Amino acid sequence: MTFRNFRRKALNNVMLSITGVFAFITVSALFLILAYLVYNGGKSVDLDFFTQLPKSTGEVGGGMANAIVGSAAIVGFAALIGLPIGFFTGVYLAEWGNATFSFLVRYMADLLNGVPSVVIGIFTWTVIVRPTHTASGIAGGIALSLMLIPIMAKNTEQFLRDVPRSLREGALALGAPKWQTIATVVVPAARKGIMTGAILGIARIAGESAPLLFTSLNNQFWSNPLHEPTASLPVMIYSHAIAPFDDWHRQAWAAGLVLLVLVLAANIAARWIMSRGQTAARG
Amino acid sequence: MNLSSDFTVPEPAAHPPASPSAGSAEAKLRAKGVNFYYGSFKALHDISLDFPANQVTALIGPSGCGKSTFLRSLNRINETLGNTRIEGEITLDGEDVLKMDVTSLRRRVGMVFQRPNPFPKTIFENVAYGVRVNGLAKRSEMADVVEKSLRGAALWDEVRDKLNTSALALSGGQQQRLCIARGLAVDPEVLLLDEPCSALDPIATAKIEDLLVELRKQCTIVIVTHNMQQAARVADYTGFFLLGRLIEHDRTDIIFRNPSKKETEDYITGRFG
Repeated sequence: MTFRNFRRKALNNVMLSITGVFAFITVSALFLILAYLVYNGGKSVDLDFFTQLPKSTGEVGGGMANAIVGSAAIVGFAALIGLPIGFFTGVYLAEWGNATFSFLVRYMADLLNGVPSVVIGIFTWTVIVRPTHTASGIAGGIALSLMLIPIMAKNTEQFLRDVPRSLREGALALGAPKWQTIATVVVPAARKGIMTGAILGIARIAGESAPLLFTSLNNQFWSNPLHEPTASLPVMIYSHAIAPFDDWHRQAWAAGLVLLVLVLAANIAARWIMSRGQTAARG
Repeated sequence: MNLSSDFTVPEPAAHPPASPSAGSAEAKLRAKGVNFYYGSFKALHDISLDFPANQVTALIGPSGCGKSTFLRSLNRINETLGNTRIEGEITLDGEDVLKMDVTSLRRRVGMVFQRPNPFPKTIFENVAYGVRVNGLAKRSEMADVVEKSLRGAALWDEVRDKLNTSALALSGGQQQRLCIARGLAVDPEVLLLDEPCSALDPIATAKIEDLLVELRKQCTIVIVTHNMQQAARVADYTGFFLLGRLIEHDRTDIIFRNPSKKETEDYITGRFG
């Protein structure tokens, strides 16, 4: 073996080791977070957590039933607003947009995607909460929808673009107008991808706390999310974690675990839908 | 590729055409002086070609010669690519194709593509699709239309028991016949086929060729093909394209036995292409 060959092999091994080490660091960081959360949260979560309201400051026990329902309501509002707007924006970008305007819309979507979530919270507070003097679940939903729209739009555009041109031509060649081709062939062909993206987008915003801090605030009691401050899991985690009571810390861990499990379930559901789609396509 | 050593001139179509020469008065579809541009690239140069009613016309020529572009301008599907331009005149029964409402044009001029492109729907829904979007049949008549179309495409016996299963589960040859059935369901006057057998095995190809000979009873057929034997087997007329120009157009037996242009002879005897 020549020196050259030896050097090549050695360099190859070094590079392989470096990438391996960093991959290991990535995985172990994720694993540690997960393990820590499962360990602490697992100890803390109990039936009361799902059925009881939070106790008064400093008292032991209680749960976060209102925050679980509140989170569901806020994320539900966000989905109702954000998914359709994002979807139709994505359809426009993929199917109709002329070069200049599409570029502008796509660029704006990217920018919106990059706006820090706390800024989105302040913005929503400025334009919704302050003029109406009402912090509510709806205001929180609007804030979260601002994060969901660009995710949904980009994702819809991507999956529509992946639909082969031959399918569109097949429908157009039969005399279908463009809108009908899109509605009856292109979108159904991309349906599974779009649905998966919607679920992942919802999972992504469900864990956000910053947009809700100024918009839906928090609540120790049941509230009407339409016009009252509404509790949510992420904000509960925040408020409980910074409080000086051990039992509140315990509750925060429990909330963290519940949130994680919900997000994980959404991810698994999304993957499951996607894999079913691929099987059908292979047919 | 050089086939000259083992290439035999294929036998021309066994069914002599009804009219003695190309460009007879009963042209169903007629192109006159057609130029086509992709952006600034001129893909077609002054193409004039008549397609006689209820006859099969084959367009042959090497890759990139413009035969597909020409075919795809006959139902104006090419203009959906954007940044294209067409000049000249195309008429369907004397009506100006380029000014016609494009959806009704495409209803009358059907198309089958190079690769089978069934919709990811059931077999039934695939065939019913064109009928639905054009509002051509009542809900109660749909089953009859679907059966008739599938019979027309010689596919009925193979799929009659699984009309509600996914079209994607069919074989490639079956999918292509499904696409033909889908086209037939809207009762087109002209059927354009863009290398319909290039993705199929010889048995599936033979089935489709038999079908085309049968189908010319109900519509005028234009087929683009790379396969010269196929042109010889199915076509009444053949047009030879080279570098965006129509070099020669005549009855298939004349094109294959006694072409008048040297380029045509070189191509069909396998000296190039």
